[in-house]
Amino acid sequence: MSVNLASARVWRGTPQAIVACAAVIGLALIAPGEGYYLNILMQAATYAIAVSGLVIVLGYCGQISIAQAAFFGIGAYGVAIGTADFGLGFFPAMLCGVGAAGLLGLILGLGSLRLGGHYLAMVTISFQQIMTLFATNWISFTHGPDGIRNIPRPTLWGLSFQNGHAFLALCFVSLVLVTWMVWRLKTGRLGRAMQAVRDNELAAGTCGINVFATKVIAFGMSAVVGGVGGALFAGGFQYISPDQFTFAESIVLLTMALLGGAQSPFGSLVGTMLLVMLPEWLRFLKQVYLAVYGAAVILIMVFLPDGLWGLMLDRVIRRAKPIVGTVAPLPLLSEHGVESDEIVLKVEGLAKHFGGVKALDGVDLAVRRGSVHALIGPNGSGKSTFINVVTGLYKPTSGRVIFMGQDLTQAAPYVRNRAGLARTYQNIRVFRGMTVLENVMVGAERPGNDIAENPAAVVERALAALDFVGLRGDAHKQVGTLSYGHQRYVEIARGLAASPQTLLLDEPAAGLNMTEKHELGELLRRLKGHGMTILIIDHDMNLVEQVADHITVLNFGRRIADGLPNEVLAHPDVIAAYLGEPRNEAA
Amino acid sequence: MATFLQLLFTGLGIGAIYALVALGFVLLIRAANVVNFAQGQFAMLGAYFLVIGINVLELPYPVAIVMSVVLMAAFGVIFAGATYWPLRHRGGLPVIISTIGASIFLENTVLVLYGPSPEVLPNLFDSPGIQVGPVFMDSQYLAILVSAVLLVGLQYLIFEKTLLGKKLQATSQDKEMASLLGIPVAGMILFTFAYSSMLGGIAGMLVAPVLFVSVGMGGLIALKAFAANIIGGYGSIPGAILGGLSLGVAETMGASYISVPYKDAFAFAMLLMFLMVRPQGLFGEKISEKA
Repeated sequence: MSVNLASARVWRGTPQAIVACAAVIGLALIAPGEGYYLNILMQAATYAIAVSGLVIVLGYCGQISIAQAAFFGIGAYGVAIGTADFGLGFFPAMLCGVGAAGLLGLILGLGSLRLGGHYLAMVTISFQQIMTLFATNWISFTHGPDGIRNIPRPTLWGLSFQNGHAFLALCFVSLVLVTWMVWRLKTGRLGRAMQAVRDNELAAGTCGINVFATKVIAFGMSAVVGGVGGALFAGGFQYISPDQFTFAESIVLLTMALLGGAQSPFGSLVGTMLLVMLPEWLRFLKQVYLAVYGAAVILIMVFLPDGLWGLMLDRVIRRAKPIVGTVAPLPLLSEHGVESDEIVLKVEGLAKHFGGVKALDGVDLAVRRGSVHALIGPNGSGKSTFINVVTGLYKPTSGRVIFMGQDLTQAAPYVRNRAGLARTYQNIRVFRGMTVLENVMVGAERPGNDIAENPAAVVERALAALDFVGLRGDAHKQVGTLSYGHQRYVEIARGLAASPQTLLLDEPAAGLNMTEKHELGELLRRLKGHGMTILIIDHDMNLVEQVADHITVLNFGRRIADGLPNEVLAHPDVIAAYLGEPRNEAA
Repeated sequence: MATFLQLLFTGLGIGAIYALVALGFVLLIRAANVVNFAQGQFAMLGAYFLVIGINVLELPYPVAIVMSVVLMAAFGVIFAGATYWPLRHRGGLPVIISTIGASIFLENTVLVLYGPSPEVLPNLFDSPGIQVGPVFMDSQYLAILVSAVLLVGLQYLIFEKTLLGKKLQATSQDKEMASLLGIPVAGMILFTFAYSSMLGGIAGMLVAPVLFVSVGMGGLIALKAFAANIIGGYGSIPGAILGGLSLGVAETMGASYISVPYKDAFAFAMLLMFLMVRPQGLFGEKISEKA
């Protein structure tokens, strides 16, 4: 392995985490063992754990949860009720509370995440209110508004956590572990999938990511982490009541994540510390401080979109280091490279009607392995609808899509990608919050790709794909800083890294200038030379003539010609469709 | 049966409040694609403006109402300037979060100024109400229902019959095209914010004499209005009205026949039910992003 990348290392961050554990244990031992300052530290540590949950669901996955205090409360009530009323030990009771938080999170997520992001926000607000209602009114179970007192602290393996130092150490170590896991999640496969979902749901789906499942997992994880924080909170303060877990607290937790920077667990740590301390510093403001909170949220969104941590990274730390070393060339190009009569993609009688508009009306098409098949037609002829139906973004009105012998007509986009169908978009859909390399890694991680399970090989495959399109040197740049044409190449590389059986290019030349179009032609010819199976949609006749082995022409949703390029382009119907009907000269 | 009819009347009255708040909410979604989490605080603010007008300035009711409506419209524009305008090019999420921030800011600012104890407004009418068959129609609830019908009717006329309405509709359908046709898109969006803030404010003023005027009143109303939107169909105007009304009725019936302390849980239960069974709501279309 000639390329070594931080995100591919199995033990990354472990030594730092161990050092941090030792440091926080030391800190807990010298910190005050009781009283006001202990409470502040305990609160900061347990809140910070809950806020890391928001980093997962909001920062990584882009879904708004306004019920983190409810999950925090469920964890806390699990410990309190479990120990007080059911005679459980601290840790078994904690397990119940955290389990309940996770389960409720999954149920809420399953109900609301199939729809857009604001649905989760609404559902979590409602859930938050309901949980407060239950905690206050279901007195036989929750002890009602008086709360629960004398919550015991645990003893584990002969180690007693009864005194303040020991329990604070437990909270601190938990915080370090949670932070470490959340940090690692970000650079792992699941975390990348979450970020891809955050940045572009449609593109994530056509990169083989099950968008719905990814969102549910992110939300479930955040609920569990919230529960863990709450359970420790209950042990720390040994008294809980419903008013500690209200909507207002959820907002406080959300603000902590945003202020520090929801994209990073370190940011959320900074945000939490600051906002736990801030009320102390802002004592002179008295009740005004919640109003200041509200105003702060708006100001943060306007002036600090990435939070304090993001600002620090931008100003101080962020440096793009080029990756040196050689990578093996893309294997896919030799693997599937033989042109044959095997039909890879077969479309039969495909129709898509939008109300009365027949965007597609019974189109047949067959793409042979190793060929470059072009689908052309004037504006509004149904080309984009065709590619969207084939990749599963639209459900067809009738007809069948058969790919590699599998009937995928009803399959979700991510299922089609996993079968080996990759695509690019006419209006570029890259994952804007991620680097060029990460974008392409998402493609390489398509389940079903030969190297998807091996993190180091994923990096190598992604670099090889970037090499192929000539963007290796930009691997560590944020993708948004690239020019439009180069972003298109990132999309193509993302498709190539997935080692697809067929690559669908949706108007790749759209929006490119002459030089860029020329380069694109070169790239396509190289791909063709390697025997990649391509279905390309474009207006640019010049480009199509250069690369196509076979051309299908659409007009008004119907196929008007199909065959070899020179035959098709000379076909009178095609000329008429592009240039208009000839006048009757004789008349 | 008599109880049932009585509950239906009360439920429709409360439901009309939810419907008005939900309506303002939908209009913002359609015009600016903004999911406004401070919609309930508009209602709260409207009620407090009325309190200022009547209890502090001792204005007569009609004058105080006009003053409050005008103030709400102005507030809508300020609100847009603070929470929407600077973030309008950054996608939906930042705006949502900033409206959440605004809701906290508004609630707590009013809390600081007015304190936690609720304010009481006198009834709008001297007569407590009229008896129609078995149903006693409380004058305030009647006022709510009549005002809601008038407002919805007025809105229908504006949107369907005037040039301004056509411009607003064009803006909500396709901003780029609308601006190419010379429609001042920014102005249309600001107008929608003002109008939506006004609707929320009026809902708050109408409900003020029925409930007490308190800082927290908006949050709960907004929660119900959100639920009404999903039940009616996300982004649908008739959906918001019908969703609001049915929610008000369901909640009033539920509180009476099932449980009072969990009255506020019925909205949530209905919301979850719809999400599971019919996520597009009563009138909604399947929402899908264009590739």
